[in-house]
Amino acid sequence: MTIQRNDWSLQRKGIIDQERHKERVREAIRKNLGSIVSNEAIILSDGKRTVRVPMRALDEYKFRFDFRKQKHVGQGDGRTRVGDVIAREGAPGQGKGAAQAGHDPGAEYYEAEVNIDEIAALIFEDLHLPYLQEKAKKAVHSRKTQFNEIRRTGVIANLDKRRMIMENIRRNAREGQGARFGDIKKDDLRFKTWEEVMRYESNAVVIAMIDVSGSMGEFKKYIARSFYFWMVRFLRTKYDNVDIVFISHHTEAREVTEEQFFTQGESGGTVVSSAYQLALEIIKLRYPPADWNIYPFHFSDGDNYYSDNDEAVRLAEELIATCNLFGYGEIGEEGSASYRRASGALLSIFNDRLKNKDHFCGVRIDDKEDVYPALKHFFGRRGIETPA
Amino acid sequence: MEDREINDLEKSLEQIWEVARRFGLDPYPTRFEIVPATVMYEVGSYALPGRYSHWTFGKAYQRMKTMYDFALSKIYEVVINTNPAYGFLLETNSPIQNKMVIAHVLGHVDFFKNNIYFSKTNRRMVESVSTHAQRMMEYEFRYGRKTVERFLDAVLAIEEHIDPNFFMRHQMTPEEERQRAQYTRREGRYDDLWNLDKSASGTGVPPVDAADHASDEHGRDAHATQFPQKDLVFFLMKNSPVLAAWQRDVMAMVHEEVEYFIPQMQTKIMNEGWASFWHARIMREMELTDNEHLEFAELHSGVVSPQKGKLNPYYLGYKIFENIERNWDDPTPEAREKLGRRGGEGREKIFEVRELESDVSFLRNYLTEELCEELDLFVYELVEEEEWTISEKRWERVRDQLVANMTNFGFPYIEVQDGDYNGNRELYLKHRYEGTELDMRYARKALEHVQMLWGRTVHLETMVDDEVTVLRYDGEEHHES
Repeated sequence: MTIQRNDWSLQRKGIIDQERHKERVREAIRKNLGSIVSNEAIILSDGKRTVRVPMRALDEYKFRFDFRKQKHVGQGDGRTRVGDVIAREGAPGQGKGAAQAGHDPGAEYYEAEVNIDEIAALIFEDLHLPYLQEKAKKAVHSRKTQFNEIRRTGVIANLDKRRMIMENIRRNAREGQGARFGDIKKDDLRFKTWEEVMRYESNAVVIAMIDVSGSMGEFKKYIARSFYFWMVRFLRTKYDNVDIVFISHHTEAREVTEEQFFTQGESGGTVVSSAYQLALEIIKLRYPPADWNIYPFHFSDGDNYYSDNDEAVRLAEELIATCNLFGYGEIGEEGSASYRRASGALLSIFNDRLKNKDHFCGVRIDDKEDVYPALKHFFGRRGIETPA
Repeated sequence: MEDREINDLEKSLEQIWEVARRFGLDPYPTRFEIVPATVMYEVGSYALPGRYSHWTFGKAYQRMKTMYDFALSKIYEVVINTNPAYGFLLETNSPIQNKMVIAHVLGHVDFFKNNIYFSKTNRRMVESVSTHAQRMMEYEFRYGRKTVERFLDAVLAIEEHIDPNFFMRHQMTPEEERQRAQYTRREGRYDDLWNLDKSASGTGVPPVDAADHASDEHGRDAHATQFPQKDLVFFLMKNSPVLAAWQRDVMAMVHEEVEYFIPQMQTKIMNEGWASFWHARIMREMELTDNEHLEFAELHSGVVSPQKGKLNPYYLGYKIFENIERNWDDPTPEAREKLGRRGGEGREKIFEVRELESDVSFLRNYLTEELCEELDLFVYELVEEEEWTISEKRWERVRDQLVANMTNFGFPYIEVQDGDYNGNRELYLKHRYEGTELDMRYARKALEHVQMLWGRTVHLETMVDDEVTVLRYDGEEHHES
């Protein structure tokens, strides 16, 4: 019977295998981006940096009993009776006992703690603003002067005194007068010089339009928001200088703040052209196409007033003519992937009637899992000009 | 921890050991290590220090560490069944916590040494697992980390399906031992020829390649295979037509490690009950100040307190041992007359119980009506897919349900029925249905793992809605009939 205390500071095994586990998590995320992109925990994360998402790929599969069909033995406080309900489904195993590796049959699946930034990096890996061009006029985004070199000649105001003293001492020492300061000659002078650094950038504005009419139910709004959630995040991480304009519309359109855009709910009918009209006005006033790359995106359920369709198509043509890419996402009823809408829906009208579809990109979303493909569709690899 | 504190702790250890010895505890010599939390969680999540690497250990480690970081749970003690035994003490433990943990650990080590189910466990397991880890690392180096990892995923999916009586069943008779000694020689490339006539003799298992025999480092002979076979891991290791030598070796290592852990799985309630029983008794004999008494009382009730709705193995085992001691010390007149208990035999009896029983027999024999009532035990089940409802309180039924849930350490009983099913070397497994259905989603995924190990079509027979159902996986598609 002895007591010892050793140095365990080199013990790293747990940490190494933790890394292996994290690797598995990353792998699983990569494989399941489709469902993770539209996971509520992330979209509604509200600024938290990590979220828990169910991760089936990390289950340790075994032959085991169906927990829900098994009889279990429990312990009460002395007053239990047959017929008492002790828990409801959905929250069975409250208070898990001592953590036992992988044998908690109560948990239906394993939830991994994931960092949103990490997921974002994976999602954004292949995304770009398509047809991005360098716009002439505002191309010089900023001009900065940077002192980055030392020379023997220069303006006396830029004299680097510290270096000059060092050089002086060094020269004195070299010439056998001891390492002392004094007797400054022209040789000792050192000047800081600068360079002008120009930052070339393309200016871009994204106009995010969302349909908030009565027919946009919870599911549809959720889809639109998860798309925009990632889009906004994507634009802000990858591009320094992207303006985002938020427009919501039902029968009328108005420009709203980001917060309103993501939270407000409304009702009423749908006049799509109102949003396009407003977008065109904003472009005209604030974002002249000569100076800006412009990307309008619109999400709707396609349930436009019949009488407005002609106008909507006409304005869409105009948007396409002025902008780099016009993206339109049409959201169907939840889980109705096979069900095709009658020709009254906007997407099919666009597909039929738009004359110039080169810079038009239409996507249909019927399922949460479609959000990620839509992102890839809109921001995929196309129209990327190899830099000159 | 300062040296002075360690000196104090050493003194306490002497006292505790003295008390334990007086009570009749008989543990192996035990080395206590004072370690930081990270090491505690590491040993806790691997169950033994120095085991091979796998992401599932990392997952367990991360979970334990997170629980600790958020102060949701704390491991006070980890104990290793070896000779000498190891007890790990968390460096942030208070002196009283440490004393209690030391007493508790001595209880565990006494159990490891004396309980019959542990009689065959490898007491040098720490060395064994570190050589395993070394070999596993070499395989990773040679065949690629991912390859080894995927293979381990498959093996670990069935790791519990081994034969707990493996030792006995595979012990060689003196005759076999003599024969083996005679023929022992290094394996060579023509081994398959030597074995041709032996394995082709109609055992239902077609011959396997030489690699198989090379991997048999346990020195156990594959007896003519008789079905059913309980030991899935061993059967696949010996008979799978597709595994390379290194893969069979990995399976042998996993098998050996699970064998080591099985007695612990079979005696969880007893083991914890025994340790808790003795830490309580020993601490009662120690000279503690009032404050220390208070702290200990809090700690102890934390360990043995019932968790809401759930069964705390520490508490259950503790109560049963107390109950046995009382009933044998001071039997009812009825017990005296009918069962011939003389009284005053409590101590003797609990030592006998700790030697001979496992959880299943412990509960079946000693969970009494009065205990079921006192502990307010009940059976509960899901009613109409929605409400977990108490369905039974009659004590025999509660006891039997508990025993049933413990059987086969809580895993479904699955056995190999045929290794040459359809005359096509397909594998036929059967779940011995005893009233509870399998988790079908998990069963299908686990079957995929088995298919990978077997290399050909695999079948699993079970019951769904009272009808015989056979799952079949051929490597590409799942079928059900």
